Amino acid sequence: MDYFAVVLLEILYMIAFLALTSAGLAVVFGMMRVINLAHGEFVMVGGYTTIACYRAGIDLWFAMLVVAPLVVGVLGLIIERLVIRHLYGRMIDTMLATWGLSLLIVGLVTLIFGNSAVSVQAPISSYEIGQYQMGGYNLFIIAVAALLMIVLWLVMRFTRLGLVARGAMQNRDVAASLGYNPGRIYMWTFTVGAALSGLAGGVLAPLTGLLPSVGSSYIAKAFITVITGGAAIITGTLSSSLLFGTVNQIVSFASMPVVGEIAMLTLAIILLRLMPQGITGRFFKNSA
Amino acid sequence: MSISSNFGTGRTNWLGFALATLGLLVAPAVFDVNTMTVLLIWSLFALSLGLMWGYAGILSFGHAAYFGLGAYTFAVASMNIGESTVPLLLAMLIPALLAAVIGAMMFYGRISDVYMGVITLVVTLIMFKFINSTAGDAYRIGDARLGGFNGIPAFPVLNVPGDPELQIYGIGLYYVVAAALLLCYLLCRWVLASWFGRVLIGIRENEARVELLGYSAPLYKTAVFTLCAAMAGLAGCLFASWAEIVTPGLFSLGQSAEVIIFTIVGGLGTLVGPILGAIGLGMLKLLLGEQTLIDNSLLLGAILVLVVLLLPSGIVPTFLRWRQRRGAMLAARSKAGSARRRRRSQGEGA
Amino acid sequence: MSDTVVETHDLSVRFGGVHAVNSVNFRLEERELRCLIGPNGAGKSTFFKCLTGQVAVGHNDGRVRIRGQDVTGWRPYDIVRLGVGIKTQTPSVMNGLTVEENLWLSARRVHPREAVRDVVQAVIAQMSLEGIARRQLGELAHGQRQLVEIGIVLAQHPWLILLDEPAAGITHAEADRLVEIIHQVNQKATIVVVDHDMQFVRSLGGRVTVLHQGAVLREGPVDEVLADQKVREVYIGSRAK
Repeated sequence: MDYFAVVLLEILYMIAFLALTSAGLAVVFGMMRVINLAHGEFVMVGGYTTIACYRAGIDLWFAMLVVAPLVVGVLGLIIERLVIRHLYGRMIDTMLATWGLSLLIVGLVTLIFGNSAVSVQAPISSYEIGQYQMGGYNLFIIAVAALLMIVLWLVMRFTRLGLVARGAMQNRDVAASLGYNPGRIYMWTFTVGAALSGLAGGVLAPLTGLLPSVGSSYIAKAFITVITGGAAIITGTLSSSLLFGTVNQIVSFASMPVVGEIAMLTLAIILLRLMPQGITGRFFKNSA
Repeated sequence: MSISSNFGTGRTNWLGFALATLGLLVAPAVFDVNTMTVLLIWSLFALSLGLMWGYAGILSFGHAAYFGLGAYTFAVASMNIGESTVPLLLAMLIPALLAAVIGAMMFYGRISDVYMGVITLVVTLIMFKFINSTAGDAYRIGDARLGGFNGIPAFPVLNVPGDPELQIYGIGLYYVVAAALLLCYLLCRWVLASWFGRVLIGIRENEARVELLGYSAPLYKTAVFTLCAAMAGLAGCLFASWAEIVTPGLFSLGQSAEVIIFTIVGGLGTLVGPILGAIGLGMLKLLLGEQTLIDNSLLLGAILVLVVLLLPSGIVPTFLRWRQRRGAMLAARSKAGSARRRRRSQGEGA
Repeated sequence: MSDTVVETHDLSVRFGGVHAVNSVNFRLEERELRCLIGPNGAGKSTFFKCLTGQVAVGHNDGRVRIRGQDVTGWRPYDIVRLGVGIKTQTPSVMNGLTVEENLWLSARRVHPREAVRDVVQAVIAQMSLEGIARRQLGELAHGQRQLVEIGIVLAQHPWLILLDEPAAGITHAEADRLVEIIHQVNQKATIVVVDHDMQFVRSLGGRVTVLHQGAVLREGPVDEVLADQKVREVYIGSRAK
């Protein structure tokens, strides 16, 4: 029974992890059809910001929940103005340019922080289920992910901003003809997406430890979660997080973590082959 | 009249080819052989991407998968077999088989560019993660331990076919690599000049129309994908023989990014572009490796961003266009000049 | 075996709740020249796309047969390989290649290597493309690209030719030339043309099929059909709307 609870919690954690780390990418992909290959580096910068702030004496919670999203949001804004906006409509070029950005950011962070791992103590202590020691901080991650999804849903569903956003997703020309400047919408979308990535990086920093190259381990998972999910931001991210998180953890428990990851990636390839529109393109035609 | 027009592929410039061959022959007298060898290996790798990306419009975000697989296949096979001829062939065959399966899956599935990007990327990631986790005695193929993060060291390198004692290294390896590069270049030229190559270019230009002509685009795309994977595998095998060790880093995203950067900076839609791109940027990379002030990926990343923004067709095509315009301008000017001279001389005569 | 080249049996296509094509039974005899006409939204284009495979026909939505072969659900590629030539509505050519290269690529699939050059030259002469043979398609005007695409189709010497709006965007002189070419090709091949330019359809002559609201309204020789009261009503009615 205890074992069952542990497995369940681990699965929940993995789903939360995937949802959290893909939310930023999903917003940008869903709204702008832009695939940001520097997404992993945004998450990484969020983590470094948190740790740098913490070392500078700023409260850890404040650093991860406020400073990290802000810093990465501003970074996203700068990148959108300098690079992305020149490449709208050129999907492959955008992927290439953001891949370049990802290398660039890795280089910069290496320059500033060096190439050794840094970490910070998790601020929530662990607890026990029967004979198993569980990380209490994982529960916090699950809560943050759930909250984030709910807030995103509420914003999309009930605010004017969400309405404009959904309109722009369906048809950018209509949004433009209603007097909303698509350029501005895209600019803020990218900024918000970056801020969400920063948030993910911030709250995950105490768990994962950081290296400049850590972004590449986020991008793959976020990438498949978002693409497999399809264009609908919330249902897409949730459904594929659920699927991949469950598969990953169950296979991991059955054999070992690497096999779990490989199973997840293989599943992604098969799903993309079967449903080139993503899960939401196939099953939830009109969701946001 | 010739319908054998060039299909935008350019003709083989035999004079240039002869000069390049000569240059490669005498280069070891001037430059460091070891450096030259690895630069040419990267060139071959970039050439293999340049063929399918520049001419058939297929961009693989994980081309390193075939490079790494070629290297590992060679290492494992040569440890088991000893003599290097069969391992060399296997190092091309196995990546080609993998590419045929993945290519057929993608192209017959008619998935879009972006999904192709994801799939090719994920394939390398799977291989990277797998190879990285193969530490320990359980993971061995015959006599070869895969070695996980540490890779496989100390396998027999290339030898003169038939005689395992006569190993090829140093200047010998350099000439083998140079010959391989030149041969592959000619192979690419031949492919492009053939019917097959023209269909590929047609597919790049308008896939729907080519299908409406009754050509099976998935078949042609799978074929060129397979061919390019075999070439990447050959490059990987040569790299393994040069480095005398293979590590999971060969499968890394960084390796895939690098070859994309070499290719796009050199120029799409040419064969010389990727080769020159790999030599130029490879040299830069090696120079950067000698100092610690500027990080390697910082510069390569910046270059990629700038090229995509400012020079999307790459250096060689941009240069060719510039020369063409300049040539046209010069011709026009000299025509005008000679007319003026003629008028003047007539004037003097009068 | 009869001389029927194309045959549809109770063919239907629904988009949402709308019957774009509503159980159409259609027959086309050997070496016929048939125009499909009808007001906007009559379903002629959708019906045409069922013949070319561009619109996938469901299993319970009737059958399409070409020379007796059931091609329902086939893709355009499979249909072309039967020896059918297809020109789609929007010009679809290889913009980065020259006119000659476009024609070469088409001709080479069906003709042996030695014959290709002559076939290409013949098409260039037939379509009067001499002046632009070495130009890239991307540089040409819309009408010229339209003609080149028809040339691409003819270069394969198809026995059934399906042309979707071949006269769209070309000059009167070019249209006249096109009518001539179509008549000439019709000596050997069966041809289906979709067009809404009545002038063009009239000068093509032959039989026409009028589609209205997804169904066949009238079928017969062009002059008779265009004089028909019902047909006129449909056209004028749709214009008044």
